[in-house]
Amino acid sequence: MAFWIASSPHNHNQTKTPNLMRLVIYATLPGILAQWYFFGWGNLIHIALAMATALVCEFTVLSLRKKPISHELFDGSALLTALLLGICLPALAPWWISVIGTMFAIVIVKQLYGGLGHNPFNPAMAGYVMLLVSFPLQMTLWQPPLSLVAVDLNFTNTLTTILTGFTLEGYSVEQIRTTIDGITMATPLDTLKTNTGLGLTVLESIESPVFGDNFALGWEWINAGFLLGGIFLIFKKAIAWQTPVSFLISLFICSFIGYSISPDSSASTMFHWFSGATMLGAFFILTDPVTGATSTKGRIVVGLLAGLLVYLIRTAGGYPDGIAFAILLCNMSAPLIDQYTRPRTYGHMKGDK
Amino acid sequence: MDNDIAPQNSNEADVTDNIDEQEAAAEKLQAVADLKAEYKELAIQGLWKNNPGLVQLLGLCPLLAVTSTVTNAIGLGVATMLVLICSNVTVSAIRHWVPKEIRIPIFVLIIAAFVTCVQLLMNAYTFGIYQSLGIFLPLIVTNCAIIGRAEAYASKNPVKQSAFDGLMMGLGFAIILIILGIVREILGQGTLFDGAELLLGDWATVLRIEVMQLDSQFLLAILPPGAFIAMGFLIALKNAIDNHIKAKKVVDKDLVIERVRVNFDS
Repeated sequence: MAFWIASSPHNHNQTKTPNLMRLVIYATLPGILAQWYFFGWGNLIHIALAMATALVCEFTVLSLRKKPISHELFDGSALLTALLLGICLPALAPWWISVIGTMFAIVIVKQLYGGLGHNPFNPAMAGYVMLLVSFPLQMTLWQPPLSLVAVDLNFTNTLTTILTGFTLEGYSVEQIRTTIDGITMATPLDTLKTNTGLGLTVLESIESPVFGDNFALGWEWINAGFLLGGIFLIFKKAIAWQTPVSFLISLFICSFIGYSISPDSSASTMFHWFSGATMLGAFFILTDPVTGATSTKGRIVVGLLAGLLVYLIRTAGGYPDGIAFAILLCNMSAPLIDQYTRPRTYGHMKGDK
Repeated sequence: MDNDIAPQNSNEADVTDNIDEQEAAAEKLQAVADLKAEYKELAIQGLWKNNPGLVQLLGLCPLLAVTSTVTNAIGLGVATMLVLICSNVTVSAIRHWVPKEIRIPIFVLIIAAFVTCVQLLMNAYTFGIYQSLGIFLPLIVTNCAIIGRAEAYASKNPVKQSAFDGLMMGLGFAIILIILGIVREILGQGTLFDGAELLLGDWATVLRIEVMQLDSQFLLAILPPGAFIAMGFLIALKNAIDNHIKAKKVVDKDLVIERVRVNFDS
């Protein structure tokens, strides 16, 4: 009788790419639900459009590259990219925004660099930045929360707005964004930036209805949803806890310093945490295993850097939110950070080569 | 005997004369064929194999910065080509008197002189395009494609060939500029030859073609990052064509080898 002899490792990790991707997709559900509740059907329609485009693009490129289509098309990575891009888009942006953005993300940012695992930049964020740089007008058509919108934005109205630019009754996007008072609504971050530029204090700014009772009407619950999903992912060990924690701490410290120096012109720490795309970026995009740092120390450094960059872009940059730009800059620096934060091999002294 | 010898001698002399003449004629023919081959090689190198834009990737800064419209691309392409031809001719003409040690500064001075001429000419006759090219017109001085050709070819070869080399390299560069300009202008604003009147005079306004109606400009195509991406696609296309030709040539070669063997046996 011969024993089957195998070398270590004996305990195999059964996690496969599709399982991980599916888990991450499930974890975004609380945030998407909050987004649907506060902002209507827009983002869901964009997610559907982006997913369809992603599948078509992925299929085309894979067949051109003569890759195993059934294996790579359904590994969920393209769907996740499309999902994240769809979440980030303004709800009432025209339909071609999500189509062009997804095409760019899948074909150029992901597949031209060699497909999943070879892309230096996060495809969803690169696609978002491309859209933001190319179509600044459409990409800032942020819709105020449903409770502040005078027009009834049901599913058909949202769909026709995305496809044609007008609701069934003929209201344009600009009209939807304007309240009864005749003021165009923007996101809380945008409002704060504009008002600070006009010389108003933060206390005066947050009287605007988009801020709601707490930090940012609607946005705080979306961020809470993504926080919940992120904690679920950490609990499932799908993502490393170091990146989001160091990112949030870094953002907290930066905004705390800013707030204690000049409380009149800087937003509170919790406002920075619970508005914009902070939690989505922290748990779902910065933790991308392909484009982020790989060592434990490296992840902490990347998180700290991202927090600092987000704060700097939000307060001093030209755009209201800086998550996407900060993450792309971190993607660029991740290989270098990895180079300098190599873990010590077991049994070797520190500084030994 | 003497009589016999003399005509023999003269015959021999005739023969040798004939042989000399034939040799000279053959040499001449050979030289002409060589020159033709040289010109052909120069054309292939400049336009395709060693294209300064696609293969050498020289002069990327103006290539990427000013190709947002076809008009700008043509303007810069023509200016670069002029400077390249003139500098090649001059460098080649003075190549025997330039000390090796200080040749680079001399080349740069020659190029700078011609760039200044072109700049002043454009300022005088095509002021609009002069303004829209801006700093990239004087920056032709630093275009590596020009000093590269001066150093690699013109400083070692006769004037005529150098002029032809300058023309072909300049043409290759200009063609890439214009292709990039076409792609970026169509994607960016949906037009072709927008602002051609700045370069060609007032009649050229009729050249403007509205390819497609865009509700909003696709800014990425107009901004430099779009130029990088379009450039990447152009290089990929060139490599794909090269690979295709190579794959075809291998098949041809196999056939040729078989024929040679048949001849050898017979």
